[in-house]
Amino acid sequence: MKGLKKSDNLEHTARHIRGELVKISNKANTPHLGSSLSCVEILVAAYWGVLNIDPQKPDAPDRDRLIFSKGHAATTLYLTLNMKGLMSNETLATYAKPGGILPEHPIYRSAPGIEATSGSLGHGLPLGLGIAVAARIHKIDYRVYVVMSDGECNEGSVWEAAMLAPAQGLENLAVIVDCNQWQATGRSKDITGISSLKGKFEAFGWSSCDIDGHDVNALVEVLQKVPDGSGKPVAVIAHTIKGKGVSFMEDDNNWHYRIPNEEEVKKALTEMGLL
Amino acid sequence: MRAAFADEIEKLAAEDNRIVLLSGDIGNRMFDTFKEKFPDCFYNCGVAEANMTGMAAGMALCGLRPVTYTITAFNTARVLEQIRLDVCLQNLPVIIVGVGGGLSYASLNATHHALEDIAFLRVLPNMTVICPGDAWEVRAALRAAFEIDGPVYIRMAKKNEPLVHSGMPDFSIGKGLIVKQGTDICFLNAGSLLPIAMDAADILLEKGISVQVISMHTVKPLDKTLLLDVFSKFSHVFTLEEHSILGGFGGSVAEWLSDQRGLRARLTRIGTQDKFMTEAGKQDHAREFFGISKERIVERVVQKL
Repeated sequence: MKGLKKSDNLEHTARHIRGELVKISNKANTPHLGSSLSCVEILVAAYWGVLNIDPQKPDAPDRDRLIFSKGHAATTLYLTLNMKGLMSNETLATYAKPGGILPEHPIYRSAPGIEATSGSLGHGLPLGLGIAVAARIHKIDYRVYVVMSDGECNEGSVWEAAMLAPAQGLENLAVIVDCNQWQATGRSKDITGISSLKGKFEAFGWSSCDIDGHDVNALVEVLQKVPDGSGKPVAVIAHTIKGKGVSFMEDDNNWHYRIPNEEEVKKALTEMGLL
Repeated sequence: MRAAFADEIEKLAAEDNRIVLLSGDIGNRMFDTFKEKFPDCFYNCGVAEANMTGMAAGMALCGLRPVTYTITAFNTARVLEQIRLDVCLQNLPVIIVGVGGGLSYASLNATHHALEDIAFLRVLPNMTVICPGDAWEVRAALRAAFEIDGPVYIRMAKKNEPLVHSGMPDFSIGKGLIVKQGTDICFLNAGSLLPIAMDAADILLEKGISVQVISMHTVKPLDKTLLLDVFSKFSHVFTLEEHSILGGFGGSVAEWLSDQRGLRARLTRIGTQDKFMTEAGKQDHAREFFGISKERIVERVVQKL
């Protein structure tokens, strides 16, 4: 699975996932659409361009791991796993249905490819750190990618893990922060005053970079370079737009909770050229 | 108990290369030989217990058998969400070991007292809760915990506690151990008060009251067969624990009892009351403060009968 695919294919994949995200939010009547739309390219880049995961062997011990810590954007993960052949259409169709295996936040091993339970923020990086240490203990050469939100970086447990990972020299560990500059009720910088996540991670001993989080090729390039040769874990600050891809949702935090009606779904799909 | 833990975990690590020990910057010198023998299996995670617990869960996701070790108050209440979600919800075989349960660190202030931890952890689905009564039970509990494919909490005291057993007991998780035969009343003890329970039973015998003492080292799952037996046989059953009477071992027995009908025994829960101790004093003083010294326990029993 390693190796770049043609960028137009990946952009098409991202557009398709966006369309499905809008539809699924309406159909299942579930929120967090803005957060789901902002991390599409991150997952597309990871699953199509970076991660060594064989859909036929989703539990292979040497597979790369992606820990999806911003669990509120679960639909992006579910749709990605579906398109990668890790989740059947039948399973996906049960999303958020009573008695189904796919709640609005992911549950560990409810379907192949879901590497951890998430929903409460600040848990993914410590889990990923443990998985990265296990690689070293087992002498297996896999990589661990943790997808977090910038709002999630409010949690103290993120920084507990951020301190230990460089001390352990975990160069097989990377975080990708979906930095859409919004959290549930306001601008991230107005709530905690964090100005530069790159600077914060660097100060904690990480190798860090800022990147356009909607540029699939750039994401693939930087994520493929883990380990990056510095001996440090890698923090990729992916600058994104909440609600990306739908003009009337972009950078409008109302779409953290709002659910599109039928008319809005049509408008969004038309804009994306999917109708 | 902690020396027994350090010794036993070292023996176990030699038998099972999946074992990893995570410390929250505690256990100074105690794990030196462990570190020397198994350098890849020891992690000092710093004063960062939430990360330590999540990290242990991540290791367990990869087939390792992690043990987290630090002061009880910090390895339970402080990281309750990590235990609940990372460990219990994902049903992972992480062993959480609290050192200094109850009033072991009494002199350090209520910040270091652990009098609510059993209550917090026993209500978590998938969790097994073990409170060893002496150093032998620590060794046996640790061995048994590795046989369980799920979360286990082991609540230890600290150091130099009197031994009750003379060797490795015939220990099974969820099965109480009769450590003293008696005919009039029964002490069901969970954890570090076991030597006190034995002393109190001796004093009561001199007063003509024969006490059966049972080490109920496993608070969850409860040994319901044994409970049915003692509540049928004795007129009065006392639960003993170095923990609040709210929600702990006594609380769990009371819950069980409320679902029973026609049993003979009355239940009295002996433990700490619903308050903090903010005054200075070592463990003996704190046990007096909360009425769980052997003298106060004897008084309470005599008063109740």
